[in-house]
Amino acid sequence: MRFNKGVLVFSLSVAILSGCSSTDEKEGSLLDGGGAGQNDASTSGYSDGSSLSGEQFGSNGLGGSSEIGLGPEFSDPLNPLSKQTIYFMYDSSQVQQDFIPVIAAHAQYMMAHPSSHVILEGHADERGSREYNIALGEQRAKSVYRMMKVQGVSDSQLEVVSYGEEKPASDGMDEASWQLNRRVEIVYQGQ
Amino acid sequence: MHILLRRILLISLVVFYAPTSRSELVIEITKGVETAVPIAIVPFGWQGGAAGMPVNISSVVQADLKRSGLFKTLAERDMFTRPTEVAKVKFRNWKALGQEYLVIGQVNEVEGRYQVQFQVFDVYKGEQLLGYRLTVPAKDLRRAAHHVSDLVYQKLTGKKGVFSTRIAYVTSTALPNNKKNYKLLVADADGFNPKTIASSFEPLMSPSWSPDGKKLAYVSFENKRAAIYIQMLATGKREKIAAYKGINGAPAFSPDGSRLALTLSKDGSPDIYVLNLQNKLLMKVTKSYGIDTEPTWSPDGKTIVYTSDRGGKPQLYSIPSMGGQARRLTFAGDYNARGRFSPDGKSIAMVHANRGDYRIAVMDMATRTINVLTAGRYDESPSFSPNGDMILYAARKGKRGVLSAVSIDGRMQQNLAFDSGEVREPAWSP
Repeated sequence: MRFNKGVLVFSLSVAILSGCSSTDEKEGSLLDGGGAGQNDASTSGYSDGSSLSGEQFGSNGLGGSSEIGLGPEFSDPLNPLSKQTIYFMYDSSQVQQDFIPVIAAHAQYMMAHPSSHVILEGHADERGSREYNIALGEQRAKSVYRMMKVQGVSDSQLEVVSYGEEKPASDGMDEASWQLNRRVEIVYQGQ
Repeated sequence: MHILLRRILLISLVVFYAPTSRSELVIEITKGVETAVPIAIVPFGWQGGAAGMPVNISSVVQADLKRSGLFKTLAERDMFTRPTEVAKVKFRNWKALGQEYLVIGQVNEVEGRYQVQFQVFDVYKGEQLLGYRLTVPAKDLRRAAHHVSDLVYQKLTGKKGVFSTRIAYVTSTALPNNKKNYKLLVADADGFNPKTIASSFEPLMSPSWSPDGKKLAYVSFENKRAAIYIQMLATGKREKIAAYKGINGAPAFSPDGSRLALTLSKDGSPDIYVLNLQNKLLMKVTKSYGIDTEPTWSPDGKTIVYTSDRGGKPQLYSIPSMGGQARRLTFAGDYNARGRFSPDGKSIAMVHANRGDYRIAVMDMATRTINVLTAGRYDESPSFSPNGDMILYAARKGKRGVLSAVSIDGRMQQNLAFDSGEVREPAWSP
């Protein structure tokens, strides 16, 4: 699985930057009225969510996570919590198998830390129209949101924001860059 | 911490409307019409201060007409004579140079104001086609020049010129520490006088003109969440129009300016809504489980065309603007999105993709024929000129976002190159 250090550093810096942002969001934000969307398929069978071990992919740690008040488990490359970016296929908002343990680990962490608050930032690659990509980024973030909800994370701990193609992780115009840009970043708010 | 944060947020968005005179835009015609008409625009005469004409009117007119692609302008160095009044014009000279039309003129400074007068001649018939005079203050001399271009263009082509219009666009410039500076700018149609109307360290998107050309609606992420604003160009004052949870995007003024179509995802999936700007009543227009976004109004205001993926891939659909039955419009290609109605409502420009190449295409509404106009791989954001002749769009040159324009018959193309940064989302003013 591709885990690029640049992206991790980037998502970390986002986390640090937003670490000092306020958390005045309303309760019950972002409940998807529709419920059973097409993306729910990928959530089936993960409601137990008990395992934190999952499968490992990549060895880049998130050094310095403790600076934003997250535990040492976020810096342990062997712990799925060290992965805070979920990648997607082209024009798809379906969570790939490899990332399910990552989402499950974050869901478990959030349930164990009810005061934690996460913004799920949805992103798209640069191809196609910008507003459609905003919608696509939101669908991706909502896929992750639904999986976390199914695991038992409270609505009030989660928020979805889509940036579409406006904040690429990589500026290149090739598939390698686009892969890095089709993503959801799990950004913990200041604790 | 919170006070500090508020301060950071305050500085992170600066909205202003300061004039800057420097041009950041260079226009290069990459594909012209072979049948371009030869026209000689003689440097205008000057009667006034020793410092000379504050704006070289004839060179602005020359650049305008050349940029239209319909005219081939004669270089000054190739002119034998430079008459500024009709008595000195010898038509046989201009005929010998192969010119079909001739424009001469004068600028006179009278008590701090400038009188611009010009005449257009048919060289073969030796006849005057148009004579015109206008008086403006110094600050409007450039506008006066574009007005001259519009009049010449209309006289010779029978179509309305668009040289006096403006374009809005978004730029982003990378800063150290992974941040970017996003700006929303408005410039003259020839790229001069770019003015930053909003600047932020978070994305700015989707500028949309009010039909009277006085306001712009746009999306800003300045509070780390999407919100739609409407900003008065003259004062810089703005109003937050929509900041629901989820998407607040794709604003589009109705043709009479009384309503705003927009995309909201507050109830689940993104849908098209229409907001009455007077009484602020919000009406949901589309109701599908998939993505509905990027509304564009038909000129009569009765229909909204939008992008929907309800069929799996993004395609264009139409729906009555008061709500009703949605109808799919596009079937060719695996990606048709971000439609924009032409000013006469007879066609729709869109982003059309086939096998991974995203191009600008125009669909004839009567026959539903799709005509692909551009050859780029990442072309997006088409915007019609107000006379419907050209489409301005965003393209890529290497890693950089640039603006291009193409005529609706695809025969003429030009690049609009900026000094620096990434340029995108052009919106041509009414």
